[in-house]
Amino acid sequence: MQFLSYLISGISLGSVYALIALGYTMVYGIAKMLNFAHGDIIMIGSYVIFFAFGSFGWNPVVSVLFAMAVCTVLGVTIERVAYRPLREAPSLAVLITAIGVSYLLQQVAQLLWKSDPKSFTSIVTAAGLKPLALFEGQLVISAETIVTIIACVIIMAALTLFVNKTVPGHAMLAVSEDRGAAQLMGVNVNATIALTFAIGSALAAIAGALLCSSYPSLSPTTGAMPGIKAFVAAVFGGIGSIPGAFLGGILLGVIENLSKAYISTQLSDAIVFLVLVVVLIVKPTGLLGKKVNVKV
Amino acid sequence: MALTRLKHMKKTTRSNLITFGIVIVFYLVVEALMAGGLTSSSFEGQLVPICAYVVLAISLNLTVGFLGELSLGHAGFMSVGAFAGVLLWTVLGKTLPAYVALPLAFLAGGLVAGIFGVIVGVPVLRLSGDYLAIVTLAFGEIIKNIINACYLGYDENGLHFSLTDAASMGLAPDGTTLINGAMGITRITKASTFTMGIALVLITLVVILNLIHSRTGRAVMAIRDNEIAAQSVGVDLTRYKLTAFVISAVFAGFAGVLYALNYSSLVARRFDYNTSIQILVFVVLGGMGNIRGSIIAAALLTVLPEMLRGMDDYRMLIYAIVLIVMMIFNQSPQIVAWRKRVAARFTRKKGAPAPQKEVA
Repeated sequence: MQFLSYLISGISLGSVYALIALGYTMVYGIAKMLNFAHGDIIMIGSYVIFFAFGSFGWNPVVSVLFAMAVCTVLGVTIERVAYRPLREAPSLAVLITAIGVSYLLQQVAQLLWKSDPKSFTSIVTAAGLKPLALFEGQLVISAETIVTIIACVIIMAALTLFVNKTVPGHAMLAVSEDRGAAQLMGVNVNATIALTFAIGSALAAIAGALLCSSYPSLSPTTGAMPGIKAFVAAVFGGIGSIPGAFLGGILLGVIENLSKAYISTQLSDAIVFLVLVVVLIVKPTGLLGKKVNVKV
Repeated sequence: MALTRLKHMKKTTRSNLITFGIVIVFYLVVEALMAGGLTSSSFEGQLVPICAYVVLAISLNLTVGFLGELSLGHAGFMSVGAFAGVLLWTVLGKTLPAYVALPLAFLAGGLVAGIFGVIVGVPVLRLSGDYLAIVTLAFGEIIKNIINACYLGYDENGLHFSLTDAASMGLAPDGTTLINGAMGITRITKASTFTMGIALVLITLVVILNLIHSRTGRAVMAIRDNEIAAQSVGVDLTRYKLTAFVISAVFAGFAGVLYALNYSSLVARRFDYNTSIQILVFVVLGGMGNIRGSIIAAALLTVLPEMLRGMDDYRMLIYAIVLIVMMIFNQSPQIVAWRKRVAARFTRKKGAPAPQKEVA
């Protein structure tokens, strides 16, 4: 029973990783860049919710929608100002710029809201949802866990439909396949990349809300470690692949939680990263990644 | 006489001499300023870290700039080197004279970092591109986590080791704790000096510059430029990739020892991915494959946050903005083209003929 409870909270943590990993994987697939600042957009989103909901007393759903809007604007602005001028530059240059943006967001947050951690009120409990008790109370699943898992599944399904069934979605697929060819076929590449950043950032706001509801401590560096882990999850599942991000995120969350419970709290991160190393050595493109043959 | 010899020298030799010259002049100027009492104590405190970061930047440049593989785990090698060196220094420093114990500590740091370089490099170098980057990041985090959970001590029964907590080490009451988990190593006798740092920088330069201009170095750069072409002319990919990676790790280990012996305590948290990224920033801003650039960028960017200390709250903000603006200014194709046009306009004013329009 205890195992089941660890497993379920692992899936919940993994769902958050999956949502963040989506932002990484989509941006990587389409713009071929590692957006290091993604974790910090989560942090900004969480602060927006913290103030909208905690200080101004807005409705939880409205707060989350507002944070999504703020993060979308932020993500698109960052893309326009910092990344677009470097579209044709070497990928390392873009990587360093992304690191710079990540520092910038953390510093702005620190100046605006100070570095002491804020205690985040769970928006899920505030929305009036109750924990679920199963097996005559032997297994209690918190409302946060349930909402996180359901939200993740819905978003994943919606995103898959969006990418496969709509015109902008097809444009995203085309750009990720071959940017030059897509442009020749009349796809607006800049708009498509901006759309990708918009979706990724909006999802980051949701991930921030869910993450901080389960782990209610919010500081300017809140986004950093989940960001790195989600990035690992994206690589784990095969970067560029949406189902891969989902699978990688869930697996990572479950492995982390189970090793925390049964092996060692201090070594859980090491175990997570070790699993990633082993997977990549056995299957160098990740679990669901496509193998690309290099032709001379 | 000396000048004409300088003129007829091979271009690379001359360029290398300039690099050495910069380091030596920097050393002499700082020593003169310190002797004249013109430096602040915060600047003097930065001198050893500057040397350590310069060595780190040069060694990472070997992996990133010359081998062409993005490594995000350089701080991990720095960390194992630092712990190995400091452990040896605490144990031997009491019995042996410093001029024997210190070189041994450095050698131990380099050796252990090199061994980790092999352990990490063999699996990692089979991957490529961003996957390699993320696995080196993972290894850096693994090293950090394991050292963070590591307890080591000794008593009359020998060494005791545990990965859970201090109590399960089973140390006798009169035993000495060497590594105390997340608290790391404490009460280190500081030993690093600026002269030692500069000596390490010069040794690094001699080894790495010679390596780059050797047969091995050419093979490494051939792999960077075109792996398939290099392989087809008989370059042993695994061997040369591993050589470059391990040498890079060894020097990160030396730098770790230098850095750690500048402080009285050492914790593994200090060497997380942020540190790795910081070193990478030095390499990229200095110019990949440009050793002199790495030296200057590492020195300037280590001092910059200190110089901005007057604006305390804003200094990291300014650092971030400088980083973004410099990347866009140096790397954006449109801005580089615009800079060329502006530069051309200025040279034309001085009477130079109008430049031909570039044909793309």
